Amino acid sequence: MTTYQYTDVVPAPRRPWDHRRSTALRAVLLVVLSGVFGKLLTTTTGLGGFLGWYVGLAVAMPVLAFVGSVRHGWNLASDRFATSMVSVAFAAVTIPWVSIVVTVYQKGSKAFHSKYLTDDMRITPSSDLLEYGGVAHAIIGTLIMVVIASLIAVPLGVLAAVYIVEIKGRFAKMVRFLTQAMSGVPSIVAGLFIYATVVILFGGFSAWAGALSLVILMLPTVARTSEEVLKIVPDDLRSASYALGASQARTTFRVVLPTIASGLVTAAVLGIARVVGETAPLILTSSYFVARSTSLTDPIASLPIYIFSSLGLGDDNATTRAWGGSLVLLGVVFVLFALARILSSRLSRK
Amino acid sequence: MESPPEQREIETNYTRVDRVFRGFVATAALFSLVVLILIAAFLLYRGFEIFADFGLSFITSSTWNIGNPEDPTTAVLGIGAMLVGSVLTAFIAILFAVPFAVASALFIEFYAPRFLRTLLTAVLDLVAAVPSVIYGIWGYVVLLPLVEDWSVTLNKYLDWIPIFGVETPIFGRSPFLAGLLLAIMILPIVTSVAREVYSQAPRDLIDASYALGGTKWAGLRTVVLPFGRSGLVGGAMLGLGRAMGETVAVYLTLNLVFKVNFQVLASAGGNVASLIANKFGEATAYELKALMAAGLVLFLVTLLVNFMASVVVNRARKIV
Repeated sequence: MTTYQYTDVVPAPRRPWDHRRSTALRAVLLVVLSGVFGKLLTTTTGLGGFLGWYVGLAVAMPVLAFVGSVRHGWNLASDRFATSMVSVAFAAVTIPWVSIVVTVYQKGSKAFHSKYLTDDMRITPSSDLLEYGGVAHAIIGTLIMVVIASLIAVPLGVLAAVYIVEIKGRFAKMVRFLTQAMSGVPSIVAGLFIYATVVILFGGFSAWAGALSLVILMLPTVARTSEEVLKIVPDDLRSASYALGASQARTTFRVVLPTIASGLVTAAVLGIARVVGETAPLILTSSYFVARSTSLTDPIASLPIYIFSSLGLGDDNATTRAWGGSLVLLGVVFVLFALARILSSRLSRK
Repeated sequence: MESPPEQREIETNYTRVDRVFRGFVATAALFSLVVLILIAAFLLYRGFEIFADFGLSFITSSTWNIGNPEDPTTAVLGIGAMLVGSVLTAFIAILFAVPFAVASALFIEFYAPRFLRTLLTAVLDLVAAVPSVIYGIWGYVVLLPLVEDWSVTLNKYLDWIPIFGVETPIFGRSPFLAGLLLAIMILPIVTSVAREVYSQAPRDLIDASYALGGTKWAGLRTVVLPFGRSGLVGGAMLGLGRAMGETVAVYLTLNLVFKVNFQVLASAGGNVASLIANKFGEATAYELKALMAAGLVLFLVTLLVNFMASVVVNRARKIV
């Protein structure tokens, strides 16, 4: 007969899945060895530069990981192989991102001078020395068109979201589906449509036409983001409002929408970030222009067109100007995104 | 025994204010429908003459000759080569983007530490919003010389494969370059769709895989990847739609030549969107109508691709 002995000793809690120091050491060793292999490859074969080295590393790392652990069995080896592959592939994806930001900054900052943001190109040809001219006209033009586009697209987008979430109408599914379909409209088609209507009917390129083409591209982003934000409003709020005798209109405008005001601003900001750099529709609607203008019925300059048309000239100084414009544009997009993050984090804290 | 009270019919009677409000919101919500219909209608209206004159050969032929500008009857216009170019560049883009998107989605969702996960998700949104003109200028200045070198090497060793051969050794602005740039541009959207679907993979099945002694990769391979397959297909098609409609980046990185070209390294090609941007500036009145017709074709094709993409993505979301 067996007797079981019970003891008071409780085993110390362990977390077997925690990374141990040897794990980190192994990873570092793997990367270093692969890096050395990449270096060897660039010195012995035709592969060159950073990319050549990276290709060497990317090939060596999964192989080394596999070979190093195959003695522990197939399962572990394939797991380590997969981990290396996934990490190497993701790192490869970030290379163009970093390259874009670095290149835009390096080349773009050469175009900057003390009055770059306050001068325009009215008396300066694009091939002129870099200390003349600037992008003020393009910034003003972009600002005007984006503001008009937002004034139209944001209310429409929010109302579409209200229809889907608050009213839950008969066509709610269809509206969501159509908004999705609209986000797939190629930007050049939006421009072509405005050209076929507004530009032809009202005699020529104008800031109006440009703004309207941006509305088509902005609306889906605003509608989608607002819908997601509206969904997080707790139903208790609505019930409480109805219980106090408020109508649905009053509930929506006085309770639901104010609760998520910062979320709606986020939606607007994301929509603006989506369209601020749109080039193709503006080629067909607001056209190139070098001087400052605030008239809504005349052609107007914009940052993307400034970049696009400077680049097309093939001149060194003009190309540098294109990079300068890109730096401004990229800066604007980054700032808009930071703004959206801050606003939405404020919302989630509520 | 007393029978239970009869069930009452509950009905909602909206006040007049609410009826007006609901009607108003519904009208505004149908704006997107109106716009989509108007786009199709107006492009058809402006380009109708072209379809009447050329019929199907507008889509199949690849000649673009405006003939005598004064006399539209001498013009021969067709976007066959451009349609092939749109599909070819978009296909190259998908080919490069999807494997990397899967890897990135897995990395962000399952391998990256938590603080990095939130950061990378935000970065993904940010990169998706970088304007296409910036991708275009970067592709033209930075990527072009690199791809030119790679093309020379590929052509040197692999020219016995038909698609890597070239008739004249000019490699610059080729479908390969444009496709690669488009791959970089659509990667964020494909990755975020894939990541979203992967994040909804059933946690208990993954845990079960661990409990059976499976490794992390075993869980991903047997649970997450099969679960996310249809979502990935939808995301890839969303990216396909974007790639086919891209204008400026393709305009800058692909030489516009009216020839059906499957030699991906050769400096010839084009897509419908870049054709419109390219010819718009100095188009004759008749050519302009042809561009409208081309725009309509592009609109319908991308609408179809996006339509299928949303059906697939929505179905993948609903499974959960």
